[in-house]
Amino acid sequence: MKFKNNTVALDSTDFRILNALQDNARQTYTSIGKSLGIAHSTVYDRIKRMERHGVIKEYTAIIDAEKTGAKNIIAIMTIFTDPKESDKVAKKLCKAPQILEVYTSLSEELLIIAKVVAENQESLHEFIASSVAPLPGVLRIRTSMITKKFKETPFSIANNPKQLTFIKEKSNK
Amino acid sequence: MNKKMNSRILRTLPREKAFYFFTSIGNYTGESAVSLKEFVEKINEVNMKSLNFHLYRGDFQKWMAEVLQDKELAEELGKLQKTSLSEDSLRNQLYAVVSRRYNELTSQLGSLRKNPSI
Repeated sequence: MKFKNNTVALDSTDFRILNALQDNARQTYTSIGKSLGIAHSTVYDRIKRMERHGVIKEYTAIIDAEKTGAKNIIAIMTIFTDPKESDKVAKKLCKAPQILEVYTSLSEELLIIAKVVAENQESLHEFIASSVAPLPGVLRIRTSMITKKFKETPFSIANNPKQLTFIKEKSNK
Repeated sequence: MNKKMNSRILRTLPREKAFYFFTSIGNYTGESAVSLKEFVEKINEVNMKSLNFHLYRGDFQKWMAEVLQDKELAEELGKLQKTSLSEDSLRNQLYAVVSRRYNELTSQLGSLRKNPSI
């Protein structure tokens, strides 16, 4: 497996295996092998190599929070920062258990976009006022509370337009 | 008069204890105050929406009582919270109450420093 610019060189078989795993990570090597027309030992070797090299980071369960009875609120914070402090602010946010996702974005100003979970509006405000606003480099914050979710999909090989074409072409052959 | 108490109320706070001005839940204006002196100045600078938001939630009162530990000023702000004032009037009243208290504390502290026997 070759490395270039911190990426791992994968071939079409690897991508097809990843796609199968993202579809159902609990299926057996034999089942993947059968659906892709390759030996289960090949599937096993490829998966182990991709796990070793960090291409496959972990296998996890996707939970529907609403069905667990959790009444949390989710909000998106847009944090305007001093460019010199932006990385430090983002790293500090990553340590807070209330923060689910952190991104930086460069539009007209340098922004940090973070997804935050809280028990209610008051605890959300308390967290932002006592733990986010005081961080050095934070200039101002805009927060939008999410009222309805229409779609939420984790990154998938099948969402990558380039790979999607590749996978479809292979399966049509 | 109590020199220790006046100095405590007038002290400059660490960043994490400052008052941060928001306009609504989670929307931080970028304005903050690390002391009573700075708080007085900010009353005339921050937008009305922020003053309204904090006054009627009781945030000013809470910060004065719990962080600056000025129960007297907290009580005064509590009275103001119960009144329904127009926007300009609210800013003026808020400024009058807080600046009066600030001037009172600083002049008392000045007298105590000049004459420690008071």
